[in-house]
Parts: sequence; C-alpha cells; structure tokens
Amino acid sequence: MRYSGLKVIAEGLFGNKGWTPAWRNPSPKSEYDVIIIGGGGHGLATAYYLAKNHGITNVAVLEKGYLGSGNIGRNTTIVRANYFLPGNSEFYSHSLKLWEGLESDLNYNVMHSQRGLINLFHSDGQRDAFVRRGNAMINQGDDAILLDRDGVREHLPYLDFDNTRFPIYGGLLHPRGGSARHDAVAWGYARGADRRGVDLIQNCEVTGIDIEGGVVRGVQTTRGAIRAKKVGIVVAGRSSQVAAMAGMRLPIESHVLQAFVTEGLKPVINHVISFGMGHFYISQSDKGGLVFGGDLDFYASYASRGNLPMVEHVMEAGMTLMPMIGRAKVLRSWGGIMDMSPDGSPVIDKTHVEGLFIDCGWNYGGFKAVPASGWCMAHLMATGEPHEVAAKFRLDRFATGHLLDEEGTGSQHNLH
Amino acid sequence: MRLTCPLCGDRDRREFYYYGAEDYLHRPPEGAPLADWDNYLHLRDNPAGVTKDLWYHEAGCAQWLVVTRNTVTHEISGVELVAERKA
Ligand SMILES: Cc1cc2nc3c(=O)[nH]c(=O)nc-3n(C[C@H](O)[C@H](O)[C@H](O)COP(=O)(O)OP(=O)(O)OC[C@H]3O[C@@H](n4cnc5c(N)ncnc54)[C@H](O)[C@@H]3O)c2cc1C
Ligand SMILES: [Zn+2]
Repeated sequence: MRYSGLKVIAEGLFGNKGWTPAWRNPSPKSEYDVIIIGGGGHGLATAYYLAKNHGITNVAVLEKGYLGSGNIGRNTTIVRANYFLPGNSEFYSHSLKLWEGLESDLNYNVMHSQRGLINLFHSDGQRDAFVRRGNAMINQGDDAILLDRDGVREHLPYLDFDNTRFPIYGGLLHPRGGSARHDAVAWGYARGADRRGVDLIQNCEVTGIDIEGGVVRGVQTTRGAIRAKKVGIVVAGRSSQVAAMAGMRLPIESHVLQAFVTEGLKPVINHVISFGMGHFYISQSDKGGLVFGGDLDFYASYASRGNLPMVEHVMEAGMTLMPMIGRAKVLRSWGGIMDMSPDGSPVIDKTHVEGLFIDCGWNYGGFKAVPASGWCMAHLMATGEPHEVAAKFRLDRFATGHLLDEEGTGSQHNLH
Repeated sequence: MRLTCPLCGDRDRREFYYYGAEDYLHRPPEGAPLADWDNYLHLRDNPAGVTKDLWYHEAGCAQWLVVTRNTVTHEISGVELVAERKA
C-alpha cells in the first residue's frame, strides 16, 4: 500500500478500515541468499539497499526481539555531516544526502527536520578547531557557518550569555543538520525492505554461525537452523557476542549511553545545540519533549540503564548552558548499549570467513549513519568490494595503524 | 555504583577512573609479534556477564584495582589490588 495525503483523507472518511500491516510476519525459510543478523537501523537499511540497489531480494533479517527494539529506537536522533577526517567526511556527507531524499524514497514520513545544528565554542582554541572543522565540511561540499557571540545570541537568545566560567564565544552552525524520528526510520526501512520481498523475522535470536572449511553456510537460531550463502553481522552493542560465534575477537567494548526527555512543552528550542564545555546536547521533539544527553557512563556495560554521576553531569551542564530548562520536569531516562571502537570510528568489512561480513563500531553516532551504512554494507555484500565512501572502515586498521581518530585522543577504548 | 577498595573501603564510583579490560595487565614482551600487540591494545572479549577490568582509585589511595563485576547486572563480586596480584 502506498501512503499519501489523499489516502489519509480517504481512510479518515471511511473509518480507517482500509489500513493493512506495514510488513508481513513470515516464518523463516530453510535457506536464503543473504541473512542479516540484527533488525536495527543498520540491518534494516542493509536489507533495503540489497533489494533496491542490487536486486538481491531473497534476504532475511533476523531480529532477536522486535524490529527497532535496540538503539535505533532509543537515541537522541541527531543527524549531521560535520566530520573532518578523510574517510569519515565523505561517508557522513553521503549519508546526509540519502537522508535528504529518504522520505520520498521510502514513501514514509521519518520526520527528518533540518532545523540546524549549532556547536558552541567557549575559548580561542575551540574556535580555531571549529573553524578548521567548518572548512573541512565546506571542502566536502556540505555547509557550515561560523557564528560569533552575537550571531549565536540571535539564534539562541535563551542561553546564559553572562556565564563567566564558560563564556560563549560563538558557534558553528550546520544548517543542514537536524533530527529525525528514530522509530520511523526503522519502520520505514522495514516496510521498504518487506515490500521488495525481504523476510523480516522477529523473535529470532541467532545462537550460532555455521562455518565449513572457512566458508559461511548459515546460522543457528532460536527458530531453527537457516542456511545462507552470505551472512552480515549488524548487531551494534552485541557485536562481540555474535562475532565470537565465528571465532572472532573484535576491537569493540560495549558501553552504556544515557538519554533523557522532559514533559512536552510548547516550542522553545528550534535547533539542535551542543555545549562545548562538558558533554551536553539538546533538541526538542515534535511532541514537545526536550531530548538531551551527554557522555558515556565510561565503563563497559550491557545494562540498559545508567548510573547517577552521568545523570548529574548532564543536568548540571544543561543548567549551566540554559538555566530556563530547570523548570521542565524530566519524564524518563534510559540507556542504550554502544559498540565503542578504540578510535571512535566504525567498521564495514569482510571477515576472515568467506561470505561473512560485519558492520559495527558505531559508537554513539550511528543514527545519522543508518542510510549510508546500509548503502555501503549492501554494496560490500553484493559486490565483494568496499564502497568508495566506506573504504577506510577496515576491521584491521588498528593493527595496521590506519586509524580514524576524529577526536585526536588516541586509539584506546576508554578515550572515546 | 560503589566499589569496595581493599585499602579505603566502600567508595562512590565518582572516585574511580575506569581504564579497561584486564588485558592491560598482560603486556606482551618486547619483540612480540604484531598480533599480540593488537590483542593487548585493541581486541577485547567484551563479555555480557562476568568480567574483570582495571580501575584506578584516583580520588583515594591512588592504587590500581582489578574489579570482578557483572556487566549486565552491575553486581561487583571482587576488588583486588593490582600490586598484590603481581607480588
Ligand atoms: C542514548 C543514545 C543516544 C544516541 N544518540 C545518537 C544521536 O544523537 N545521533 C546518532 O547519530 N547516533 C546516536 N546514537 C547511536 C545510535 O543509536 C546507534 O549507533 C545505532 O542505532 C546503532 O545501530 P543499529 O540501529 O543497527 O542498532 P540496534 O537498533 O541496537 O540494532 C541491533 C539489533 O541487533 C539485534 N540483535 C543483537 N544480537 C542479536 C542476535 N544474536 N540475533 C538476532 N538479533 C540480534 C538487537 O536486538 C537489535 O535490535 C545514540 C545511542 C544511544 C543509546
Ligand atoms: Zn583506595
């Protein structure tokens, strides 16, 4: 069923009886050409682009819970292309372009809103770093505008400009940055993949990977064995467990990242804003809730809930930057399990097993990456060659020294 | 979360700096093959369950600790001094 404004009106007139489920709920077949493990954003997008770009439709996505139950449905939804390292820059630029055409491509409203992202800076050194980043973004063909203090004040009059400890020197405005509705991205890709023939199998946990003579043959699941010619591991925070089924030890440590949302308020914050002192970023959802977050809890964890010190840090940083939010009540907080890599950048690569591929290491920034990750993982699985915009996301780059350390802090797990 | 430091007792998580998996205690000898260094620095078991990792009692006795804990439940089942393990 194609969605359209006309359809909404027609259904409204006839009691909304004509809507059908957005995707089928099939039982697994005994064999597929391609199996994608993990029904998060990246897994669903991979399946969608395998079908759409490469005509490979005999595909199953195996999800242990329900579609979108992982990080794709629990992130702070910031979408941006403001990276500067060659390797990252072209990838996120490609992703943002896909975002810009996503809704018409998927025939699904993912509520992508390019409301502008402003990264604040608070010292001369930070200004220099942002000038450099802005130039890299412009060189990549994306957009960046340097705002001075008055420029920031025009956009964000409610910030605390009198703060003497962390004075606001200016900000880097990325007009095409913004946010999207996280669940809708999973649902849109799921529906698009299903419509092209992909089987989305929920409540199906992969428990083993079958390998014969160095070649992948299929997987073992809680719903039986399924054979496949190619298998993609796309399980975010659970990457280490699934890769271990193929005898691999990954450069990944899983950490919890928390997020917070307030009660619904009238429109007050029109941009996505990040504080340059202390970790804090905020936007307002279309429902009115202020959605904000900070840094990792900073120790390896698989508990989808966080610890108090980071809650305090985030609240303090928010109050320092924009005291007005102190009136809002926090409704909920939650955590998601992030697949942290030593240099903070992802992996889209083959493995030592023929036919087995892996897409992981998204750290806390994998939402914006969903379209390009799916695009590039599908390209790799279909053609056997890395896509040019993801060519540097090698699994062995830590051993070979070809790091993608965007923050320049070093290649060590506890530094990103 | 609280950790019970063998020297300082039950202390708040804020006093500790997290370093990473106990792999850091097994530094390869000089001249070891590249793969050993990759294992030591980057590759991790990253278990969902019981793990051992290194913490530094930064705001306390300044000792390095090996903490045995569950990454799913946050339960702590042991804290040892690195200095005593090596002795
Ligand atoms: C609080 C928070 C805030 C964030 N904010 C942002 C942001 O503002 N911008 C941004 O770009 N990114 C953000 N991220 C990061 C982003 O959400 C993740 O990087 C991204 O969603 C991870 O990829 P995914 O969607 O495929 O993961 P997931 O949705 O976690 O998908 C992985 C799926 O694999 C399934 N799975 C695991 N093991 C198995 C198995 N054995 N068998 C079958 N299925 C299995 C899981 O159930 C899960 O559904 C944030 C994350 C969190 C937690
Ligand atoms: Zn101590």
